[in-house]
Amino acid sequence: MAAEPAVAFRSVARHYGPVRAVDDLTLDIGEGEFFALLGPSGSGKTTCLRLIAGFERPTTGTIALFGKDATGLPPYRRPVNTVFQDYALFPHLSVEDNVAYGLMIAGEGRAARRRKAGEALEMVALGGYGMRKPAELSGGQRQRVALARALVLQPQVLLLDEPLGALDLKLREQMQGELKALQRRLGITFVFVTHDQGEALSMSDRIAVFDKGRVQQVGSPEAVYDRPETPFVADFVGASNVLPAAMVARLTGRAAPGSLRPEAIRLGTGEMRARVTERAFLGSATRVELDADGTELTALVPKGHAVPEVGEEVRLGWDPAALHVMEGAHG
Amino acid sequence: MAEARASDLFWRRPRLLLALLLAPPLLWLGIVYLGSLFALLAQSFFSIDEFSGLVTYELTLKTYGELFRASNLDIIVRTILMSAAVTVAAAIVAFPIAYYAARYARGPWKAVFYLGIMLPLWSSYLVKVYSWKLILAKEGILGWIFAKLHLTWLLDAWLALPGVGGKSLSVSWTGTFLVFLYVWLPYMILPVQAALERVPPSMLEASADLGARPGQTLRSVILPLALPGIVAGSIFTFSLTMGDYIIPQIVGTSARMIGQAVYQFQGTAGNIPLAAAFAVVPILVMAVYLTVARRMGAFDAL
Repeated sequence: MAAEPAVAFRSVARHYGPVRAVDDLTLDIGEGEFFALLGPSGSGKTTCLRLIAGFERPTTGTIALFGKDATGLPPYRRPVNTVFQDYALFPHLSVEDNVAYGLMIAGEGRAARRRKAGEALEMVALGGYGMRKPAELSGGQRQRVALARALVLQPQVLLLDEPLGALDLKLREQMQGELKALQRRLGITFVFVTHDQGEALSMSDRIAVFDKGRVQQVGSPEAVYDRPETPFVADFVGASNVLPAAMVARLTGRAAPGSLRPEAIRLGTGEMRARVTERAFLGSATRVELDADGTELTALVPKGHAVPEVGEEVRLGWDPAALHVMEGAHG
Repeated sequence: MAEARASDLFWRRPRLLLALLLAPPLLWLGIVYLGSLFALLAQSFFSIDEFSGLVTYELTLKTYGELFRASNLDIIVRTILMSAAVTVAAAIVAFPIAYYAARYARGPWKAVFYLGIMLPLWSSYLVKVYSWKLILAKEGILGWIFAKLHLTWLLDAWLALPGVGGKSLSVSWTGTFLVFLYVWLPYMILPVQAALERVPPSMLEASADLGARPGQTLRSVILPLALPGIVAGSIFTFSLTMGDYIIPQIVGTSARMIGQAVYQFQGTAGNIPLAAAFAVVPILVMAVYLTVARRMGAFDAL
């Protein structure tokens, strides 16, 4: 990481009347990072992205880009470009003119514009599509045009607002890989908004998990997945079991809520007893819902292991290291 | 039971229902409207016998030739210039209003906007025109305001200009222009607003994000996307101005516009062929206008 972070939020808040879309956010995004803003809708992650782009101004606090204060800077003066959720391609311009739009605004000559736009379209595997109108392209192709249009200006930070949300599963997985490869090749900072925890885990260097306008946890995908700091993170990232503090106290002697991954629970042996309330076949595993003295637990039984019937009493246990105690969290 | 059977029939043959629904309006449009229009246009290829004053039913272009007489050509040029001036001014006045309504007005303010635009349309056209005659009269409120602002000299200087001026605003082409502008303005605002409404905010953000200052965004994104709306509005303002014969009758000079010429030639003068030939002019002008607009890509964003 370079000395100055690419994006630095300092006590930033953005309020809409009584609604606190972003509340007291302090966050550094390093240069060259693939950084995900993860959270449910309405958690403030998109507002956070719009604050970086300059479409919103913070109610309080400051935002710096590469060490320079950008709090009052309009979008057209920031070294960042955005890939919009709805792509926001200009319908009256051809694909090439869309990609060359920023170059035209910057006053580049026609020949240079055509060459650079052509190169950018090649980069997203859309060479030869320049003369078409956006309406003639598929969703995945429009997404690539939006990407080319943002990258042709060689931004220092690329902002992506749920760019894969409108694509079908197959295409989404393909684009995830391509985006990651592209980021590695270009070496610039990508800030990526998503509500899909799988997407965030598989693509990012670091993740900030948002809930109700506040950052719950910032860390590597492994850290966020294995060592959630709050019950919200445990539940939102990977649908972990959250054990109440009393139960964790009984098991470990530490009075704080605990997080336990469904795949860490082994059925058949162990000290704890629970009743099976539901089971669902998922393909590679079976999900078993359990009721342990009023605490609801979910376990994943891999294929090939015996699956208990609904209503059956089972013993269950886990490797003690799999239980992560969320010190400092309440609930 | 019969109703259920009819529903079943229509479900199996959807085209039958469509045909039944479309037949009455198409007959109305086809026979009553287009039919009478063609009957009128056919008249323009006849001519009038100068001695007897009777229509000679022989196909000829003689009547169209008469359009090019200096006095008639004057009427045509004057009408086209007035329509163009009204259209351009309406577009300039309407755009900010439509932009505000489409981008910023929310909830009750949107209702206030629609009410403000539509309310003048609910009152009689004649009432509005005669009110304007009072407003524009020498002792009218406009003259009074200019006097209070000590700007009477400015008004007088304007009225002294040849062409646009006159004894007072109510008997000048400026007055005719102002009344046209007022009366047709809603027909420009509404289509422009509808076009702007369809521009998602993210498109303007994208433009700013790519480095465009607000003025550049206006030129490169907003105006091109609003253009189909402006063209649609201009079709209204242009053709309504070209066809109107009441406003120039009440407000303005004694020089005539096409609408008045049509009215007089088919009425008092009894020269139906020439009236019909005059009526063809606005149709041709609109056809040329729309062709040019299309060529220039006004409808590309549709």
